[in-house]
Amino acid sequence: MSNPVTVEKYRNNFLREVEANVEEGDWVKRCMQCGVCSGSCPLGPHWEHPPQELFMMIRAGKRDEVLGSSSMWMCTSCYNCIARCPRELPITHIMHGLAHYAKRLGLSPKNQQTKKFAQKFWDNLSKKGRVNELKLGLSLYFMNGFMEGVKMSLKMQKVGLGMLKTKRMSPFEMLGGHGCKDSKGLQAILNKAREIEEAKISKFQG
Amino acid sequence: MADKKLGAYICKGCGIAERLDTDELAKIAKSDGKVTVAKQHDFLCNSEGVKMIQADIDAGEVTHVLIAACSRRAKTDAFRFEKVAIARANLREGVIWIRPDTEDAKETTQEMAEDYIRMGCAEVKFMTLPNASGEQGRVDHVLIVGGGFTGLTAALEVAKAGYLATIVEKTSALGGTAAQLYKRTPNHSPFAAPQDNGIADLIQQIESNDKITVHLNATVTKTEGAPGRFNAEISPDGGTKTFGSIIQASGFTPYDATQLPEFAYGKTPDVVDQLGLEALAKQANGGTIKRPSDGKEVKNVVFIQCAGQRSEKEGHLSYCSGHCCMTSVKQAMYFKDANPNIDAMVIYTELRMPGAGGEDFYRNGQNKGITFTKGMVSEVVSDSGKVSVKFKDLILNEEVDLESDLVVLATGMIPNSGVDIEVPVTEEEEKEEEKTVINIVPADSVLNLDYRQGPDLPQLVNGFTDSHFICFPYETRRTGIYAAGPVRRPMDMAQATEDATGAALKAIQALENASLGQAAHPRSGDLSFPIFRKEGCTQCKRCTVECPFGAINEDEAGYPQFNEARCRRCGTCMGACPVRVISFENYSVETVGQAIKAVDMPDEFDEKPRILVLACENDAYPALDMAGMTRREYSAFVRIIPVRCLGSVNTIWISDALNSGYDGIILMGCQKGDDYQCHFVKGSEMAHYRMSKIGDTLQQLQLETERVQTYEIAITDMHRVPKIINDMAETIEKIGMNPFKF
Ligand code: SF4
Ligand code: SF4
Ligand code: SF4
Repeated sequence: MSNPVTVEKYRNNFLREVEANVEEGDWVKRCMQCGVCSGSCPLGPHWEHPPQELFMMIRAGKRDEVLGSSSMWMCTSCYNCIARCPRELPITHIMHGLAHYAKRLGLSPKNQQTKKFAQKFWDNLSKKGRVNELKLGLSLYFMNGFMEGVKMSLKMQKVGLGMLKTKRMSPFEMLGGHGCKDSKGLQAILNKAREIEEAKISKFQG
Repeated sequence: MADKKLGAYICKGCGIAERLDTDELAKIAKSDGKVTVAKQHDFLCNSEGVKMIQADIDAGEVTHVLIAACSRRAKTDAFRFEKVAIARANLREGVIWIRPDTEDAKETTQEMAEDYIRMGCAEVKFMTLPNASGEQGRVDHVLIVGGGFTGLTAALEVAKAGYLATIVEKTSALGGTAAQLYKRTPNHSPFAAPQDNGIADLIQQIESNDKITVHLNATVTKTEGAPGRFNAEISPDGGTKTFGSIIQASGFTPYDATQLPEFAYGKTPDVVDQLGLEALAKQANGGTIKRPSDGKEVKNVVFIQCAGQRSEKEGHLSYCSGHCCMTSVKQAMYFKDANPNIDAMVIYTELRMPGAGGEDFYRNGQNKGITFTKGMVSEVVSDSGKVSVKFKDLILNEEVDLESDLVVLATGMIPNSGVDIEVPVTEEEEKEEEKTVINIVPADSVLNLDYRQGPDLPQLVNGFTDSHFICFPYETRRTGIYAAGPVRRPMDMAQATEDATGAALKAIQALENASLGQAAHPRSGDLSFPIFRKEGCTQCKRCTVECPFGAINEDEAGYPQFNEARCRRCGTCMGACPVRVISFENYSVETVGQAIKAVDMPDEFDEKPRILVLACENDAYPALDMAGMTRREYSAFVRIIPVRCLGSVNTIWISDALNSGYDGIILMGCQKGDDYQCHFVKGSEMAHYRMSKIGDTLQQLQLETERVQTYEIAITDMHRVPKIINDMAETIEKIGMNPFKF
């Protein structure tokens, strides 16, 4: 493992780490293990660890299993769980927070599809401050290899042409595309944010 | 009977006159009921109607009054007349409301009403006006046994209400277990932190109150008498004093954790029970709690819930002690409040945080960082100075072995209820009794009652004192003695406060009732009491044994000796007596027996069977009334007589009824058993037992056993009672009429 962090089982170190670094992580300790979230999640049955279980694992100090899990990456933000949790935990946000934190530490599973696309989306957006939908779409099609990409593009051909015709998509975006006014300023902001976050988590990286 | 003047007053209101021929009813009252006055009124319960009756009473025209109108449960204020015996015939709820308004039904409905008139006249004829027994006396002093939190609270409440209180405490100090607590679980919003146990303040209030006397290092070595005149001997040197009533707040003994070797209790000082932790917390006094073995500061602590509780293992307690989840959260807060970096984990199977504040307290515990793990602990191992907890995480489904600086066991409460005196009444019960006895109940008597039935309060299950836990929680089975606090059921201090207050008020009520010669609940205000005709008594002792309230002693010659003030007027003794020498002025073998016989019995070939229902006045009769109020129909062949308790049903009524031609008999009482609803605790059970023997009588008469049936009825059973009655009517149709009609 790249992170030589020693976490004792059923001690609160990992819980404290989550509280400090994961978005809304402070809520995890308030879960009362009723299981309503897991029962409400349309995808829960397909996850290795539904939300309730992830929260218990955090308390049990299962750092590697939690951060290395693909479960929280599967959240579709349907908000069923948040609507129903009797303890009012912002579960959806915690799912994304956990995914984000795991990714930042480099602990998330290697070929996680959602993670890959999320990275592409970020790269696309952070470059110019605007999403280039044409490029983003194509990069999604070719995410899993060239042949796969060609097949996907052919399949979506009709949709693409329709969008061109109704001017919902411009082919000129391919040549660079539009961006925000102060692209340099944007980069400065992002760099500063990265610096702050990295400082914050460095102590948990061992 | 020369001085008895009977009057029947028939109401024509509420639709009675539209459905029934009231002139005919009045005629029958005169001819069959032998009344001297029979009057009808359009609206009997209004002031004119009442005035009409009162005028007759005042003029000396009537001494015994039958009100033929609505149920005896309705209009009780209007129909309350002084100095006359009163009976009621239920023509509204019991006749017109449960019968269809059709031409076909008219005849049988009218017959029903006529019978109720006959029955009411017969009943009232055999009633006399009850008078207080004359046994009463007034003593404004409550004895409180136990100087713990419950006893102290009760004493203050008694004193605040203006009565005297005497506390008898076994140990050398007041405060009991509560005084051993570093802090108590909070009893008010925001339920966020442990709060002062309040004992010092309580003791100070007790000591400065001149209405309260305290005896320390003292016990009650003898209690005799009855409400209003209890004599208690306070040893060693308190002398014998007279009290109006008694509150038993003898509390609990903590479960002996050395019986849990699997949790290493006793093997290492680093495994403690909850009281052990309180002692450590007192030592630390707000600082970090230290480990008993080496005095090092505790860095992590594990709480094990339900240790030796809610478990069927031998030597364990099968029940939940109610307070321990809250207590563990409170104790975990001791650690977190001293230093949030200490890990405090509670291992539970089900977390129970009762009361409105319980959930808030749990949440606040979580906010402070206490972690909760749903798990089952199998073992605590102590090895060379290290303690580890082996448990199965029930959410993650895996075995865990966790080292811990300190382990706290949430063990249970054992009531200090004294000697288990339950006299086995039936063979079946005897067996059951053996099964439930726990040998860990301390066996020293608390009250040393000089009662024929034993020295302490009867117990229900697991050694807790018996009380009607839904309706009358503090009423025990010894009138005038009230149980409060953990001796009654496991509880925390907040609940004990309620208990102490409730019991104090009941104790005051009891001594006030005793001073007037009145019954306590549920017949509160009743002045009648059992009258016993010594000449006929065979000294069989059934009344003495079966009285659920231990009201009857024995004199030197072995005759029953009634203590009226202890009596609850249930009539169980009357039902038990084989030679029928026990009666009440207004309720007797005669009043009911004559009502049974007063019914006009149709010929066997008339195809009009008669079904007798003896219904408990507490739940079954109201259920029947409600069936009427909601217009549920039932058979017109039924004749219903309310009884004080099914326990008061004497089997002579059954055999007389069968002999005089009734085709079916239904007994309706309350639920019996450990989760009884019977208002007189054992009455329904006795009746069921007696009826199980009625088969012999039926066989002798060569009658089918289906003809007599006993049911447990709840007050909400208004939809069920009509069905039971109609089913009986159907059964009779199948098996045929009783041949003993004449
Ligand atoms: S619904 Fe809320 S309290 Fe229940 S298990 Fe899920 S997160 Fe926990
Ligand atoms: S928001 Fe995410 S975790 Fe919550 S129910 Fe929907 S998919 Fe499941
Ligand atoms: S059985 Fe009932 S009526 Fe008879 S003495 Fe006991 S309490 Fe009184």
